[in-house]
Amino acid sequence: MATLYIDNKPYEFEEGRNLLHTCLGLGFDIPHFCWHPALDSVGACRQCAVKLFKDENDCTGTIVMSCMTAARDNMRISIDDKEAHEFRAEVIGFLMANHPHDCPVCDEGGECHLQDMTVLTGHTYREHRFKKRTHRNQDLGPFVHHEMNRCIACYRCVRFYRDYAGGKDLEVFGWHDSVYFGRHESGVLASEFAGNLVEVCPTGVFTDKTFRKHFTRKWDLCSAPSVCVHCSLGCNTIAGQRSGVLRRILNRFSEDVNGYFLCDRGRFGYEFVNGSRRVRTPLAKKGRNQKLEPLDRSAAIKRVAELFSSGRPVIGIGSGRASLESNFALRQLVGPQRFFVAESETQHSITTEIVHALRRTPASRASLRDVAKAGAVLVLGEDVTNTAPLLALAVRQACRTAALTNAHGLGIDPWNDAAIRETGHNVRSSLVVATPTLTKLDDVATTVYHAPPDDISRLGFAIAHALDGSAPAPRGLSPEIEAMARGIARDLAQAARPAVVSGAGSGSASVVEAAAGVAAALYKVNHDACLCMSLSECNSFGCTLLGGRDLTAALDAAERDNAEAVVVLEADLYRNCDPAIAGALLTLPRNVVVIDHTLTATAAMADLVLPAATFAEASGTFVNNEGRFQRFFSAIAPQAGFAPGYRWIAEILSVVGPEAPRWETLDDIVNDMESRVADCAGIRAAAPSASFREGSQKIARQSFRASGRTALLANTSVAESPNPADPDSALAFSPEGIQAPREQPLVARYWAPGINSVQAVSKYHGDPPAALVKGEAGADAAENHGAKAPAAFASHASEWLVMPLHHIFGSEELSMLSPSVASLARSALIVLNPEDAAKLSIRENDAVEVSNYALSCACVAAIASWVTKGSAALSVGRPETQGLDLPEWLWIRKAGAP
Amino acid sequence: MIALVKALWTVFLHSFRKRATIEYPEKKAYLAPRWRGRIVLTRGPDGKERCVGCYLCSAVCPVSCIALQCAEDETGRRYPEFFRINFSRCIFCGYCEEACPTYAIQLTPDYEMSEYDRQNLVYEKEDLLISGQGKYPGYDFYRVAGVSIGGKGKGEGENEQPPIDVRGLAD
Repeated sequence: MATLYIDNKPYEFEEGRNLLHTCLGLGFDIPHFCWHPALDSVGACRQCAVKLFKDENDCTGTIVMSCMTAARDNMRISIDDKEAHEFRAEVIGFLMANHPHDCPVCDEGGECHLQDMTVLTGHTYREHRFKKRTHRNQDLGPFVHHEMNRCIACYRCVRFYRDYAGGKDLEVFGWHDSVYFGRHESGVLASEFAGNLVEVCPTGVFTDKTFRKHFTRKWDLCSAPSVCVHCSLGCNTIAGQRSGVLRRILNRFSEDVNGYFLCDRGRFGYEFVNGSRRVRTPLAKKGRNQKLEPLDRSAAIKRVAELFSSGRPVIGIGSGRASLESNFALRQLVGPQRFFVAESETQHSITTEIVHALRRTPASRASLRDVAKAGAVLVLGEDVTNTAPLLALAVRQACRTAALTNAHGLGIDPWNDAAIRETGHNVRSSLVVATPTLTKLDDVATTVYHAPPDDISRLGFAIAHALDGSAPAPRGLSPEIEAMARGIARDLAQAARPAVVSGAGSGSASVVEAAAGVAAALYKVNHDACLCMSLSECNSFGCTLLGGRDLTAALDAAERDNAEAVVVLEADLYRNCDPAIAGALLTLPRNVVVIDHTLTATAAMADLVLPAATFAEASGTFVNNEGRFQRFFSAIAPQAGFAPGYRWIAEILSVVGPEAPRWETLDDIVNDMESRVADCAGIRAAAPSASFREGSQKIARQSFRASGRTALLANTSVAESPNPADPDSALAFSPEGIQAPREQPLVARYWAPGINSVQAVSKYHGDPPAALVKGEAGADAAENHGAKAPAAFASHASEWLVMPLHHIFGSEELSMLSPSVASLARSALIVLNPEDAAKLSIRENDAVEVSNYALSCACVAAIASWVTKGSAALSVGRPETQGLDLPEWLWIRKAGAP
Repeated sequence: MIALVKALWTVFLHSFRKRATIEYPEKKAYLAPRWRGRIVLTRGPDGKERCVGCYLCSAVCPVSCIALQCAEDETGRRYPEFFRINFSRCIFCGYCEEACPTYAIQLTPDYEMSEYDRQNLVYEKEDLLISGQGKYPGYDFYRVAGVSIGGKGKGEGENEQPPIDVRGLAD
């Protein structure tokens, strides 16, 4: 620990950061704009001036920019110094000269960094006599609203968008006081991380366009810590609602997982919660072919409970998008033998393979932070930008590690962003992108290899063999690929903390085996190696821990045991397996009960639909791709019609079996699960229990400035009702309680006295708890080598190997119910090799029919040379391509052709 | 005894004094123009709603009796989708008027709001909105704010330069 003297008082701090970051961490307020904890310093805005003194006898001092000065031991500075204060006030005066006086209609108002900093420096009146400079806005797509007049030219947006996220279409134009931040012309921002501009921008230039449609000030939002449901990474978020309408999603800082950023699917996919297809009351059919009609809650529970008294078994189908608690409750209701997971046979084998690989690997399991710090990255088979977007952002950061090491050698501080980028122009860490489809990471990759999944897998095996001679070598490898594998192996072996990234996206188990094999072989030569794999859904990992089998096995069990009923938990079976299997599962049993929040195709087939709560209305736990237990809390108070899945099941259980455990609260289920499922040990550590208090108080979901309490519901009844109780968490539906909790899992908003914007995050230090799924005891590293390399890809005469093509907007189920995300989704696309396209006389944008024996789907053609001849890539997750289990050999023909 | 007579005499003399009591409701009391009574929402000089739904009145209200939802029309002009004041809670402190950046919400010299049913004291936007400008004629927020709305583009507000042409060579 070193000592820093601030205004003649000593403070302990850790060296390695700049003065600004250190002072903010110590609780001081220094006005700043261009510095951001993730983007570091460039010294552009000249706002963070402080006085630096040579020693205790120096009374004059010099003004320095605190963001560009390293904090060193025995340094003496003054923040309150008169000259420094005047300097800062003057800078704000300049920045405000052209500010457009529109806070009342600005969405940033009330959580604006510029407002906070202006108040902090004491600037009140515009002293500039001349007219204000104005700009025209651009339409930047459905996510981000642009209002250029509010700009103070801090350059944070382009630094994030271009330097950090690798975007290319946001630029700075013009010069002197007329610089303009935007695209070369109006159009949708191409980066998947554009939504972060909303949080990165210290003013209201970039605001959330979806939030604008149901705008509420920050102080009126009732917020809760949440976890993103749109991919398996489990990014930490803050969900904010008012009047039962989910208004927006913000990032919740988590050092290990998402850091300061979210992807656009996670940020804007939330609107399904307010969607028109939500089920809000129990629905039942009188007969199989009748319509679903509303039903009383107690009658619905009685009807489900009766199914259990028939003597015939009931089958339960859990899913990766339901919480661990709901899945566990279903497993307890139907029994572990009759618990299945809504995944096809192939999907399930891949998910299980990934979970086993992660738990058995001798290398460490990588968090996103580990990936971002990796010295070399091998991406094997996964288009991370589209399946787990924030993982792509982490990989992009990993490309900079060589530049950081280089800068360190030159004596440049790690926070000195501009200098590091200047010296690191030609220094790039090794990044290998070996995937079946083109990825957005190709532009920063040192090696790019696109081939069908089996060939990707063979490359993986070759790398593993090059690293460890005892690993099996693929046969008949071309010399170029062999040389490539040796080169990659060398880079990985020599790198500090190399990471292997793969996932379920390629639809190939052998790719996953290969990645696990590379990680195991790499560990033998480099003990810092780590492995990161993405899964298909937000709780796929957790669902696998509960040990259910796949849908084909479920159908077998239903047929064999003459099942009375099937209970489907938060899953649309038609999305996850062959429609024939889904159809049989939903017609064979006498009764179909669906517990879901949305009226999916599966729910429409049900005899009884119990409305489930979404992540915004329920508390629960997800296990992310790393095996990290993460708790999400309800932002919306429980409502009469619907309830979390586990609550429905608990109520059914209390009727069915009086000997069943009585689950009153979420903690009861969590404790029960921890005692019954060995793999779920550690779930309790995910977040403090409901009995947790900080200084005898609960954590407030509402800010202390929350307004309209006596008027919001006065139109229905002028008598005020008490705040809803929350027995499931240590958070209260009230403005009373702790506003800024110390525990990271309970942070419901970022706020500090005087700092109303999200920049208050700099004042929080709570790290997330290390609640990880334990590795499998006695696991042997050599076990990974049991796998064999597949044969090389060979084209067929009349069929094409159709590989999955993922789209960040379009392939995921829930985000597609959000109008803003759906507006960016294209119709199903098939990408063909130019030669194949010529053979089939298909041209770009032609209508194409892709079929197998049972199914035929219509899609639009695209032609690209990265597709290997004899293969093709087809959009997954689109309604047109449902039921296909890609990669699959399929017939392709031009629509209308014989 | 003397005190009693004295008191009666004083009472007798009062019957010749000028009356302090007003014959309400036949006669009305004088109310100063700045009297803080019934709250109204005013319109701008162009006859359009002044309220832009900024939530400041609702935030400043010490009894939290104002609730609204902001919305935006197709030209970018903001307005309250609903605007509700629970007058059974209002203490007529006038903070909302003070906080209002557009002079939309104003307190008027009117106190005749008694109701038998408390529910009737919940006023919605249609009950609050008047057709005039109230105490502050001539003020239009959008003329001084930098956002564009229908009929006012960028750089057309007061004290504004025409918009920058970023493709210009020396601007």
